[in-house]
Amino acid sequence: MKRVTLFAGHYGSGKTNLAVNYALKLAGSGLKTLIADLDIVNPYFRTRDSQTELDEAGIRIIVSPYANSNVDVPALPDEMYAVTDDKSYHCVIDVGGDDRGALALGRLSPALREENDFDMLFVVNFYRPLTRDWESALTVMREIELASGMRFTGIVNNSNLGQLTKAEDVAATDVRARELAAQSGLKLLTTTVKEELAAKTPDSIENITPIRLHFRGDWVIY
Amino acid sequence: MGDKVLMKGNEALAEAAIMAGCRHYFGYPITPQTEVAAYLAKRMPLVDGTFLQAESEIAAINMVIGVASAGKRVMTSSSSPGISLKSEGLSYLAGCDLPALVINVQRGGPGLGGIQPSQSDYFHATRGAGHGDFHMLVLAPASVQEMASLVFKGFDLADKYRMTTMILADGTIGQMMEPVSLDMGEVKHYDKPWAVTGTKGERTHNIVNSLSLLPEELEQWNFKRYERYAEIEKNEALYESFLTEDADIVIVAFGVAARVARNAIVAARAKGIKAGLIRPITLWPFPKSALKEAAKTAKAFVSVELSMGQMIEDIELAIRCTRPVLLCNRAGGMIPTPEEVLAKIEKADRIGGEN
Repeated sequence: MKRVTLFAGHYGSGKTNLAVNYALKLAGSGLKTLIADLDIVNPYFRTRDSQTELDEAGIRIIVSPYANSNVDVPALPDEMYAVTDDKSYHCVIDVGGDDRGALALGRLSPALREENDFDMLFVVNFYRPLTRDWESALTVMREIELASGMRFTGIVNNSNLGQLTKAEDVAATDVRARELAAQSGLKLLTTTVKEELAAKTPDSIENITPIRLHFRGDWVIY
Repeated sequence: MGDKVLMKGNEALAEAAIMAGCRHYFGYPITPQTEVAAYLAKRMPLVDGTFLQAESEIAAINMVIGVASAGKRVMTSSSSPGISLKSEGLSYLAGCDLPALVINVQRGGPGLGGIQPSQSDYFHATRGAGHGDFHMLVLAPASVQEMASLVFKGFDLADKYRMTTMILADGTIGQMMEPVSLDMGEVKHYDKPWAVTGTKGERTHNIVNSLSLLPEELEQWNFKRYERYAEIEKNEALYESFLTEDADIVIVAFGVAARVARNAIVAARAKGIKAGLIRPITLWPFPKSALKEAAKTAKAFVSVELSMGQMIEDIELAIRCTRPVLLCNRAGGMIPTPEEVLAKIEKADRIGGEN
């Protein structure tokens, strides 16, 4: 396992939820963990929504002081340099969506490349309208690499329809995920499913990671 | 039903606009509606459409007037402060009897306010969108699916009545993600013999204009417009009911507030209080008859709003103040919790009989 794990991908592919899950897993296995929210695009749904849970797990959270506030300032916190300055931490980085969001990573990429102890994971949800096939997903992947100055090292198939996802919805995207892996030359590291669906997912899908959905608000269910 | 995709409310409405045949979008970024512009910036070039980031909201609404005059489907979007800037243009659209779609993904105000969700532009949308006597059709989506379907319907109504349709969403519905089916059905086409499309030497000039030099004529224009409004009030009011048949307490709520209210109603029923929901889908025309009907059997009403209480006036007017109407509200970007709504339902249940 690398010291730094970055989650990047198309806007709304589920990076934040995945990053929170991964950070909790690292901390749960006894590692000194830090999560950095570098999202400069999304105004509402942020790492900070899971603050209580992350705090309880002893995870250090680095997030813009303006996240979840009433001002719209796409600022990065100076504290984010802890990711590369303090190597005692295992770091999870939640990168903003698309090439626009990944631009912010440029601030850290020289140090990350120099240390060369990171995994940068491409998170893909084939149910998002602008990444419905491997071709469009590959385009987004290359755009992010160009904007961030970083190369992806693996793929996470995070395909879902939110809370209403069924096991067969996830299974139906497996072919596309494999094709994206083949075409990009990267490994399909894992396919995520909601915890409660893990047992129902067909065996043909390798390396399943059960995840929990972190949502904000009582208005989600309708 | 077609294939489902997972979309943000703002993306769903942008895609629905394209499906409804809109090929002209003019806007200016503002949170929490920026994804509309971001999505259309990517999509419009792929369908030979025009995406233009205007120099200001005022410029954008005037570009809308231009395209609407030419008889094409056109859209602009903004959030509360930006909609204030568009107000002059909204009045001109009404004065010219032009169809257009305007999106307001509301945030907290007044002034610059904040970026968190709000419903405090209710008065603006239903009463005071600009100077002069006029209305807009106002549609209030409560889900990502409705963001898409009401855009489709909104374009249709706009063409049918030669009016502006405003989608009055809130930041939450704009930002949240849900599965959507984009199977919207057929696009209805309307003849627009009034459009400024060039005479080709075959007809007299069409003139799209809101200025009249004669007060007698201007009065007639207003009278005609209000005849149309009366027809709309009679035919186009839309709402959704939830457990209202036997309800003692009727909640009235739209958008995200209706979602919270449903949870509270289920909780109230579990406690033995017969609560129900009327969710206006059109805010103008307001579903007055549904409320009047409910007032025959209900003890009291509760208006749940993300504002200091604006729709509550329409509820009181609709039922002619024959029942008490309580307000359950948060403001400034805050959302009422189901517990807060439940507490208000319990209070309404206590005082309801006293009226």
